[in-house]
Amino acid sequence: MRILEGEKVTKYFGGLAAVSEVDFSVEQGEIFGLIGPNGAGKTTLFNLISGAFTPKSGVIKFKGKKISGLKPYKICRMGMARTFQEVKIFGGVPAIENVSLGALFGGPKAMSTAQATKEAGELLDFVGFTVPKNIPAGGLTLVNQKRVEIARALATKADMLLLDEVMAGLTPTETAEAMELVKRIRDRGFTVFMIEHVMKAIMGVCDRIMVLHHGEKIADGTPQEIATSKKVIEVYLGE
Amino acid sequence: MEHFLSIFIGGLLIGGIYSLVSMGLSLQYGVAKVLNIAHGEFLMIGAFLTFVLQQNGVDPLLTVVIIAPLMFIVGFIIYRTIFTTIRLKASNPGVFESNALLAAFGLYFIVQNIGRLIWGTTPQSYSYLPGTVSLGGALFNDSRLVAAAFAIAVGAAFYLYLARARTGKAIRAAAQDPTTAGLMGVNINNTLALCFGFGAAMAGVAGALISVCYPISTTMGLGYTVIAIVVITLGGLGSIPGSFIGGFILGVIGTAVTSWDAGLSVASYYVIFVILLLVRPKGLFGK
Amino acid sequence: MNFSKINWKKNAIIWGIPLVGVILLSFFPQYGSAYWVTRLSYFLMYIILAVAWTIFSGATGYISLASSAFFGVGIYAAALLGESMPLIFVVLIGGAASFVLAFIFGAITLRLRGIYFAMFTFGLVLLFKELIYYYEITVEGLRGRFVVLQSNDTIYYYLLGIFVVTMIAAYFMRRSKFGLALRSIGQNEEAAAHTGVNVTMVKILTFAVSAIFMGAAGVVMATKWTYVDPGVAFNLMISFTPVLMAIFGGMGNIYGPVIGAVLFTYIQEVLTTGDLKNYYMLIFGAVLIGAIVFMPNGLMGVIQKLVGLVRKWRKGGSVEQNANT
Repeated sequence: MRILEGEKVTKYFGGLAAVSEVDFSVEQGEIFGLIGPNGAGKTTLFNLISGAFTPKSGVIKFKGKKISGLKPYKICRMGMARTFQEVKIFGGVPAIENVSLGALFGGPKAMSTAQATKEAGELLDFVGFTVPKNIPAGGLTLVNQKRVEIARALATKADMLLLDEVMAGLTPTETAEAMELVKRIRDRGFTVFMIEHVMKAIMGVCDRIMVLHHGEKIADGTPQEIATSKKVIEVYLGE
Repeated sequence: MEHFLSIFIGGLLIGGIYSLVSMGLSLQYGVAKVLNIAHGEFLMIGAFLTFVLQQNGVDPLLTVVIIAPLMFIVGFIIYRTIFTTIRLKASNPGVFESNALLAAFGLYFIVQNIGRLIWGTTPQSYSYLPGTVSLGGALFNDSRLVAAAFAIAVGAAFYLYLARARTGKAIRAAAQDPTTAGLMGVNINNTLALCFGFGAAMAGVAGALISVCYPISTTMGLGYTVIAIVVITLGGLGSIPGSFIGGFILGVIGTAVTSWDAGLSVASYYVIFVILLLVRPKGLFGK
Repeated sequence: MNFSKINWKKNAIIWGIPLVGVILLSFFPQYGSAYWVTRLSYFLMYIILAVAWTIFSGATGYISLASSAFFGVGIYAAALLGESMPLIFVVLIGGAASFVLAFIFGAITLRLRGIYFAMFTFGLVLLFKELIYYYEITVEGLRGRFVVLQSNDTIYYYLLGIFVVTMIAAYFMRRSKFGLALRSIGQNEEAAAHTGVNVTMVKILTFAVSAIFMGAAGVVMATKWTYVDPGVAFNLMISFTPVLMAIFGGMGNIYGPVIGAVLFTYIQEVLTTGDLKNYYMLIFGAVLIGAIVFMPNGLMGVIQKLVGLVRKWRKGGSVEQNANT
C-alpha cells in the first residue's frame, strides 16, 4: 500500500526551482532513501512533505489524504514525524521532556504527563540513549542529540518518519549503530523516508532509493539499480 | 495644487534629516544588530551641544566637526563595552538581539536623564539664517534648506564611503555574515563597534541640523527614534539606500498628515509601521 | 513526577510557605498601618505584572512591551464602568477586555520574529496613547477622567486576590504540558511545530491569559489614582519595569520575578522619594544594563549557582546543570 505519494511537486525560491515536478511514492513499511548532490533539493522536499513549505504546484498525499498546504503540527498529528539536518532540539529542556513533548502533543490522542514520561523513557532506551535522561539536551553530544531527536519523532506515534541526514557528523561506529537503529525502527512498524550522504549506509539499509539533481528526479529504484545507473554515476562523478 | 506642492517640498526638506537619522539606525541595527532605542537620545545630545556652542558664538554648522567625532567615540566605546559583552555571552543571534534591545532601553533612560539633569525640560531655540525662499508658491526658511542640503550631503558621502572604502567593505561583509567575515580577517568586534559609532555620529549630526531650524528639547529623542524605526522598516532593515529613500517618503507622508490634522501625525507613523510589519516586513526595498 | 513516592517535605515547602505567607498578608490590614497597606499594594501590583509578563515572555523569549497597553485597558475599564457596577465586575470585565485585546494582537503579531514582536508591542502602547489622547481632546473635548475611589483596604484585598490567582496560574502553567510546549517554543519554534504543537495557538492563548492579570491589576490601581489620562494609563514605564524586574530576579524559577519585583519596588520607592529623585531614570537604566550584562539568569540564577557550588563542595559529587531558560 502506498503510504505517501507526491505528484509533480514543485517549489521555487526566487525564480529558481528548488524542487521541480517531482513524482514519488513510498510503500508502507519500507525504508525509502533520498540522495543527490548538495543543493539538489532534498531537504526542500522534506520541508514540503512535513508542511514547513507549501508547494507552488503539485499534490502530496499521505495515507490517501492531501497534506500539502496543511500546518506542520497537523501533518505531525496525522502520523508523520521528522528530524532535521541540523539537529533541532530544545536545548534548555531535559532530554526526557524533549521526548515526552512528542508524546503529549504529536500523538493522535491525549495522554497524561506521567504516561508520556514513561513512554519517553522507554523510547530513549530504544534509541540507545545511555546517559542520564534529565540532563538538558543542549549539553549532550551530537550523537545523543540525534538520538533525542529520533526518540521525539517516534514518541508522536507516527506511522512514517522523515530522517534528514541522521548519520552526518557521526563516527564510523556510531554510523553502524544508526544503521541498525533505522532497521529496528522499520521493524517496529514505521515507514522510513531518509536523506543520507553516507553511501554505504543508504545502500545497506534502503529498500528503494530516489535520486534528485538540481531539483529534478533523475532516477529511482533498488540500491543495485541506482548503483549501476549511468545517469546517477555521471551526476556524482561529474561533479 | 500649490498647497500640495508646498507639502511635498516641505516633506522632502524634513525628509533629508529623517534620512540621516535613519541611516544611522540602519547601521546600528542592520549591521551591529542593536535596535538602538536610545538613537534619538544621541540626536538630542548633538542638538544641545550645538545649542551650547552656538550660544558661545560658534557657527552651528561648524559644530559638526566636534560633534561627529565625539559621538562616534562615545558610540564606539558603548558598543565595545556593553554590547560586545552581551554578544559574546548570547547563545544565539536572537538572544543577542533581544538582550541588546533591553540594554538599549537602559541606555535610553540613562542618556535622557543626563540630558534632563544638564539642560532641564524647557524647549530651546536660536535663530540662524532668518531669510526665506519661495519654493512652489510657499515660503521656506533658508535654515531648513541649508540643513536639508547638509543632511543629504553627509548621507551621500557616507554611502559612497561604505561602497568604496576598505572599511566600508569590511562593514558590508560583517553585515552579510559576521562569522565568515571574522574568518577572513575582519576584526568583527571592532567593525560592529565602528558601525555603532557611525550611527551615533550620524544621530549627533542630525541633531545639530535639527537645532538649526526647529526648537529642541531634552524629550525630543524618542520621537526621532520612532521615526527612524519606521523608516528602516520602510526601507528594509539593514538597507542603507532604503533608509535614505525611506526618510524622504516618511517626511512627505508626515508633512501631509500634519497639514490635515497635527494631532494625528505621530499616530500615522505608527499606523504605517504596523501595516508595514504585517504586510511587508522586508520593507519596500527589501530583498 | 513520581506519584508513588510523594515527597512530603518538598510539598510542605512548595505549598506550606506560600500558604502561610498569604495568610499573614491577608490579616495585614488588621494590624498594619495604613501607610504600609498602601506600600504593600504597590509591591503586589508589580509582582502581578512581573509574574504575568514572565508567564508568556519568560518561557517563549518573545519580549512583550505591551504590558502597559493591557494595564491601561484595565484603567480605562475602571474609569468608564466604575460608577455603574461593583468593583468585582469591573475587575472581571477589565481582565476579559485585556484577554480579548491580547488575543487579537497576538493573532496579528505573533507571526513576527522576536525583535519585530518587541518593536510592534512597543509601538502598540504609543499608538493607543496617541489615539486616545486625540479622541479625548478632539471628540470629547476633555483630558483625563475621574475614577471612583476605593478604600485602601479594598484595593489591598483585591490585589492580594489577583496576586494569588496569578501565582497559581503561573505555577500550573509552568508545570503543565502547556508550559513544556511554551518552553519548547522558546528553544526551537520550528521543531515544536513539527512535534505536533500548535505553536500559533499556544502562543496567542498564553499571551492573552497573561494579559488578564495585567488588566485586572489596572482596574484596581485606577481606583487608587482617582484621576487618569492616557499618559497615566499607557505609561511606557509600566511596560519596562516588569521586564526589568523579571530579568533582574531571574526567569528560570517562579520566585525569580517575585524577588525581582519586591527588590525593585523597594529601590524605586527609595529613589523616587529621596534625594536621588532626579537620578531615578539614570539608576534604573544602569541597573537594567548591569543585569543584562552580568546576570543573564537573574538573581535566582546567581543563587542557584551558589547553592550548586555549596552542594558540590559539601558532597564532592557531580552537580546537575542548571537549565535556566
